[in-house]
Amino acid sequence: MTKTVLKGAIAAVAVLAGAQVALAEGGLVINGELEMITEAPAADHLKGSLTTVYSGWVFRDVDTQAMQMDDFDNPGMLYVDQGEGMWNAPAGTSEKSCADCHGDASESMAGVRTVYPKWNEAAGEVRSLQMQINACRTENQGADAFKYGKDEINTMEAYISMQSRGMPMNVAIDGPAAATWEQGKEMYYARTGQLELSCANCHEDNYDNYIRADHLSQGQTNGFPVYRLKDTKLTSAAGRFVGCVRDTRAETYKIDSSEFVALELYVASRGNGLSVEGVSVRN
Amino acid sequence: MAENVTPRVRVPSSAAAGEVITIKTLISHVMESGQRKNSDGTLIPRSIINRFTCDFNGQNVIDVTLEPAISTNPYFEFQAMVPEAGTYTFTWYDDDGSVYTDTKDIAIG
Repeated sequence: MTKTVLKGAIAAVAVLAGAQVALAEGGLVINGELEMITEAPAADHLKGSLTTVYSGWVFRDVDTQAMQMDDFDNPGMLYVDQGEGMWNAPAGTSEKSCADCHGDASESMAGVRTVYPKWNEAAGEVRSLQMQINACRTENQGADAFKYGKDEINTMEAYISMQSRGMPMNVAIDGPAAATWEQGKEMYYARTGQLELSCANCHEDNYDNYIRADHLSQGQTNGFPVYRLKDTKLTSAAGRFVGCVRDTRAETYKIDSSEFVALELYVASRGNGLSVEGVSVRN
Repeated sequence: MAENVTPRVRVPSSAAAGEVITIKTLISHVMESGQRKNSDGTLIPRSIINRFTCDFNGQNVIDVTLEPAISTNPYFEFQAMVPEAGTYTFTWYDDDGSVYTDTKDIAIG
């Protein structure tokens, strides 16, 4: 970790943090074979803000990091197994499964997670991967939409994300998505809540520092959905935003709001170049 | 039948003859103990994996009896000596009569 701004009392802590990150120098290698990009040069639009982007994985402690390095230790993989069952199970009035149209997910869904949130021409909006899953359910399968923030939708997203594991994030921010991206950017830098904190205050200005006992990451979303040890279940990016906005003591947007889609797009674009981690493990 | 039961196994793809290898297995299963009650107060019937075996080329490596106190998604990690190239066969026996199997080949080299 090469953060240069170290001041006063924070310096001792930050040096300790440096040592901690160094332990992970071998990098994130899953099952001893799949190498992940956890450190990448920042995208052009981050010029002046960040030079290097880091996956949240590098900020976690050694034990948590190790859990993600072995699929047998990663509790999120149980959801992926379940997701495979859901992929192949018929649903709704059409009695079609995902597999009936999309076939083998390891082929049809490879790389999908890297480009979401993405502009949908027919709908005329930017859609998160979860919105796209639900659109497919209601429009094509004739099934009820999954409830956002619950296990089922996160499980399905986990299974689809897993098919892109190791591929670098690459969301488009130009063209028709540009306006939504700008909206997300504005939200990212807007101070909110009684604490008057913006996303950037913690995740850009102070990453690698401690906020009380918590080691601040850059708030990258390449690892989502994540298995959070404190929740013992999966959490989506939008679900995490709800928690983060609440922590600024603000009234949060709804988990399925267009505001959070815009923010998800913007935050995802900050992580362009980092590997999709499928299901990551975080504290 | 228990839903979404998926076995997962890890065996090295090759080993030296006589080498001791580590095998990991995990099966996603609710392992309902039969002691719990649902919201109406009726007993939820027991539904567990009651036996797990691993064989190598027809010879038994490990044979485990599982009891209701074992928690959900039972995970086994054990060691085995590899005398020759061959196939490991893993079998899980469910209370409902279902049998789940998985196989892994191992080469010498």
